Amino acid sequence: MSDTVADPPAVAVAPAAEAHADRVLPGGRVDTWRHPTTVRVSHWLNVIAVIVLLMSGLNILAAHPHLYWGLRSTFAEPWINTPRVPDWLMIPQARNLAQARNWHFLFAWVFVVNGLIYLSWSLLTGRFRRRLLPTGADLRGFWPSVVEHARFHFPTDDHARAYNVIQKLTYMAMVLVVLPLMLVTGLSMSPGFNAIGGVLLEIMGGRQSARTLHFISAGLIVGFIVVHVGLVIWTGFFNNMRSMITGWFVIQPEGSTAGPKLRRNKDEGEAP
Amino acid sequence: MNRRRWLAGALATAGTAMLSACNQAGTALAEQARRMGEGLTRRAQRLVVPRDALAPTYSRAEISPDFKANGSIDPAAADYRALKAGGFAGYRLVVDGLVERPLSLSLADLRRRPAQSQITKHDCVEGWTSIGEWTGVRLETLLEEAGLKPSAKYIVFHCFDALDQQEDGDRYYESIDLVDARHPQTILAYDMNGEVLPVPHGAPLRLRVERQLGYKHAKYIRRIEAVESFAHLGGGKGGYWEDRGYEWFAGI
Repeated sequence: MSDTVADPPAVAVAPAAEAHADRVLPGGRVDTWRHPTTVRVSHWLNVIAVIVLLMSGLNILAAHPHLYWGLRSTFAEPWINTPRVPDWLMIPQARNLAQARNWHFLFAWVFVVNGLIYLSWSLLTGRFRRRLLPTGADLRGFWPSVVEHARFHFPTDDHARAYNVIQKLTYMAMVLVVLPLMLVTGLSMSPGFNAIGGVLLEIMGGRQSARTLHFISAGLIVGFIVVHVGLVIWTGFFNNMRSMITGWFVIQPEGSTAGPKLRRNKDEGEAP
Repeated sequence: MNRRRWLAGALATAGTAMLSACNQAGTALAEQARRMGEGLTRRAQRLVVPRDALAPTYSRAEISPDFKANGSIDPAAADYRALKAGGFAGYRLVVDGLVERPLSLSLADLRRRPAQSQITKHDCVEGWTSIGEWTGVRLETLLEEAGLKPSAKYIVFHCFDALDQQEDGDRYYESIDLVDARHPQTILAYDMNGEVLPVPHGAPLRLRVERQLGYKHAKYIRRIEAVESFAHLGGGKGGYWEDRGYEWFAGI
C-alpha cells in the first residue's frame, strides 16, 4: 500500500458528473469514468498516424541509410550507418521512396492536426493540469514511485484513479517534448519551410542534424510504445483497453496491485 | 500426384495474382495519399511562406568538399556528346512556348547578362544534403526578355539526359510554377563553386530552385518552355520523377 493519497473526488466530479458518476460493481469494485471521448478518439488516431509514420519513415530512411551531424552530409564519415530493415516493417512493404513519402506526408497531417486538437483541448479544459501536471505531493513521491516501478508493483485500487508521478512526467515529456520535436525536426528538413524557419534550422545545427534528431526522437517514441504497451498488458490489459475504448475503468478493492502479486495476495476471482 | 501438382500450381497462381492485386491496390492508394498530402502541403507552404522568402544561405567555409552528383552524371545522348566535345561552343538555350519573343542564347549570351551568386544547400529527396555556390542568370530575367504570355502558368525545363542512357530513353524534364520561376534565388547556373559547371553537376546549364528538393533542379537544360499545362508532356505529371510517383511540389 502506498501512503500518498490521491484526491479521488476531484477526478470523479468531472464535467457531466451525472452521466459519468462512479458505478458500484460486485466484489467491491468500482467502474469509474476515465477517458473522455476527445482523449479516446485522439489516442487511436494518434496510434494509426504514428504507426504509419514510423513504418513509412523506415522506408524513407532506407533510401539513404546514413545519418550525419551538422549542416551537410559528410559522406565519407557518417555518424552512423543504419542497419537494413526487413520489408515487413516498412510501408509500403518493399523499398519504395516515392510511395513511402506519399504515406508519410499524408499521415503527418493527421498526426499534426490531431495533436493540435488534443493539446489545445486538454490545455483549455484544464484536463492537462488535472491529469498530467504533477502536484507537489507527486514530486515528493518521485523516489518511492521509482521503487514501485522497479518492483513492477502498481496499485490497481483507488490509487489507480490518478496517474502516478512517473506516468505523469512521461506523458508530459511525450506530449510536450518528443512529439512536438518530431514535427519541428520534420519541418526543418523541408526546403520550402526552411525559407521561413531558418532559425529552427540553426538551433538544431543544420539540416542533417535535424534529420538525425528526427530519427532519435522516432526512436524515443518506439521506446515509449514498448514500455507503454508492456505496462498496459501488465496492469490489466482488458481493463486498460476497455477504458481507452469505452471510457470506463474498473477500480479494484483496496490494496490490489497489478501482476502476479494480485493473485498471491488476494482471494480468487480478483483478477480483472 | 497430378492433382496435387495442379493444386499447387493453382495456389501459386492465385497467390501471385493476389500479391499483384495487393501491390496494385497499394500503388493506387499511395497515389491517393500523394494527391491529398501534396495538395495540403503545397497550399500550406504557399500560404505561410511569403512568395519571395529566401532559402538559407551559407558561407564559403561551409561549402561541401564532396558535393554529391546524383541521377545522370554524364549523359550519353548523341546531341549532348557532340556539344560536350566542342566545349559547348555550339550550345544554344532555347526559350519558347507561350512567350512573345522566343530566345536562342549561347553561353556567352547568358554570361553577358547580370550574374547572381548564392551559396545554398541542396537537399536530395533521399535525405542527404550538400552545400555549393552557384552562379548564373536569374530565370526571371530571361522570362522578362522573352515576355510571358498571360496564359503561361508553368515553366518546363527540357533536358539532354535520359537516366537509362539510351538514345530513345525518356529525357529528363521538370516544371515549376511562376511563383518559383520568379523567385529571386531561382537561377540558371553555369558556374559551381567559382568554376565552370562540371558535367556531373549538369553542364552547361542547370536550374537552381532553392526552396525545393534536388530532383526539381534540372541539369543539362536544353530548352525552356512556357506552358499553360504540362498534361501533354511525358507521363503528364510535370516531371521525370513526378511521372514515377514523386510529388510535383517538392517543398518538403
